[in-house]
Amino acid sequence: MTSDAPMLDIRGVCKSFGGLKAVSDFSVALPPGRLHGLIGPNGAGKTTVFNLLTGVYPPDSGDVRLAGRSLRGLKPHQRAAAGLARTFQNIRLFPDLSVLDNVKIACHVRTTHTMAEAILRLPRHRAEERAITERARRMLAIFDLDDRQTEDAKNLPYGAQRRLEIARALATEPKVLLLDEPAAGMNPQEKLGLRALIRKVLADFGLTILLIEHDMGVVMDICDRITVLDYGVIIAEGPPAQIQKNPKVIEAYLGEPATAEA
Amino acid sequence: MSLLAEQARSMRPAWGGSLARGLAPLAAGLVLAVVLQVFIRPYIDPYPAKLLLDIGINCVLAVSLTMVNGFTGQFSMGHAGFMAVGGYASGIVTYYASMRLWGSPEAAGGVLSGILDLQGLPLVTKGDVLFLFSLLVGGTVSGLLGVAVGLPSLRLRGDYLAIVTLGFGEIVRVLIQQTRPVLGTAEEVRSTPTWQLPSHVGGSLGFSGIPTYTSLFWVYLAVAVTLIAAFRLKTGTFGRAFLSIREDEIAAEAMGIKTTRYKVTAFVIAAFFAGIAGGLFSHTLGIGLSAEAAGFLKSFDVIIMVVLGGLGSISGAAAAAVVVTLLPEWLRPVAEYRMVIYALALILMMIFRPKGLFGVREIWERAAWSWLPGWRPAKGARR
Repeated sequence: MTSDAPMLDIRGVCKSFGGLKAVSDFSVALPPGRLHGLIGPNGAGKTTVFNLLTGVYPPDSGDVRLAGRSLRGLKPHQRAAAGLARTFQNIRLFPDLSVLDNVKIACHVRTTHTMAEAILRLPRHRAEERAITERARRMLAIFDLDDRQTEDAKNLPYGAQRRLEIARALATEPKVLLLDEPAAGMNPQEKLGLRALIRKVLADFGLTILLIEHDMGVVMDICDRITVLDYGVIIAEGPPAQIQKNPKVIEAYLGEPATAEA
Repeated sequence: MSLLAEQARSMRPAWGGSLARGLAPLAAGLVLAVVLQVFIRPYIDPYPAKLLLDIGINCVLAVSLTMVNGFTGQFSMGHAGFMAVGGYASGIVTYYASMRLWGSPEAAGGVLSGILDLQGLPLVTKGDVLFLFSLLVGGTVSGLLGVAVGLPSLRLRGDYLAIVTLGFGEIVRVLIQQTRPVLGTAEEVRSTPTWQLPSHVGGSLGFSGIPTYTSLFWVYLAVAVTLIAAFRLKTGTFGRAFLSIREDEIAAEAMGIKTTRYKVTAFVIAAFFAGIAGGLFSHTLGIGLSAEAAGFLKSFDVIIMVVLGGLGSISGAAAAAVVVTLLPEWLRPVAEYRMVIYALALILMMIFRPKGLFGVREIWERAAWSWLPGWRPAKGARR
């Protein structure tokens, strides 16, 4: 694969729920290393796009390619194995398990030993368990959660839960990371930290990121390019500076400009 | 190859040491079971000995059901059905094989399966080998049925499994009642084709005459194997995968956990051990194996143990198995109210401690005791 071939290639994806066209003809191509923003007013279909990408429901038409490989017909767990990881808009941690176990669970998809090896405690099991623990600890350290390893995930403060979700997603060794409103509910200082963190993981983990975010400060600051969705249709795509001036985008967010007869 | 697997390659310990450490607890369990049978059994009365057998069998049932109801968070209500299937399957093997091979259904075991007279017998005999084989047959048949029941119902979310397994137990009970009388003589057995023998298990009269191999040795060997398997699953990556399904199925799936596959796997493992427990039950002296073994009341008993002990707590389930087995003995004077007391206990549990007494923790973990008055988290656990 050449370096400019897209890492994530979404081609003409459509999805209707009954008579409602939630997403129509959605196409975006992300080259490796891109941090791409997906914005739009409430109900524009952003999270539906994520659910289509991760296989929560099948698209009516269109195709998604990850590193050149079509994901058509794959279940969510198979897409995770293929290298697609996500976080959730309404946090979905494993609440009654420890912070460390939350990350360890995400390492499972990269293990190769069998259940029999686990029950008999054979070498491959022991080695992979060690590797899992080491990786999980490293992830928690990166996300500044290493002093809360033994706590139940549900007891973490909100911002820490958001960070744990990203740490957990990264533990699956993704090629592409889908972040669904990671800044939601964070205070201004946490948001600043989040910007730095996203930039850092993008570089350190060799990722490609698709980011849904309502906080324009965050989006305009960190994204390379932005796609704007309204009523399931792409109304604009371009670098942040262009998007900010785009009249269609302004209209979608603020309504039609006042006319003479009004 | 994934980064993780690559990294793990450099951390791989030697085979010999791993295998030795892997088998050590099993060896310890074996030794304990032998000691229990050879050196302790001769000095205890039949009544407490029978109680010990019941406790052990219930332990196997409760710990195996924990893997489904506790780990993966599904709700199976037909554990007694799997137990009955295993019990009948292994009973068929020992009874009719003994008839064919030795012309009599009498137990031909050694000291390890001896119940009354331990003098002058060898430790292990051909009968013991047959019994071990029959237990594995019982577990396997039960496990295969687990696939048949689990595959269709576990693909769906919600309470389908509870309904399907409840029905499964009843189907097993009714089918057993339809079976033909037990063949009582060696001639009859010889003149009946082998494939027809499994249908001769006594119908509603019960399957009588099964050789009585079950002893403290066999029961506590099974307890050891079940505990070790359950504990090792729980503390490894597969156990965490099971638990993640209980915690949030959608998130688990998004993290690459094969949720349907693992739900079925946990269900089948549980059915296998329930089948083993059934085999141990059906070869116990003085029980009349009948269709009622598959009934809902027995399933309910096991569910009580799992819920009381804590959903996901292996030691909790085992401890609850001990308590729930002994409780009816202590409550003899109010025996009619047993189910009322159980139901009350369950309701109180669901109100005050919905995850069970110990939750997902093991009883030696500090956090398991958070329900005690005056409990404090360990120093340094929270900052």
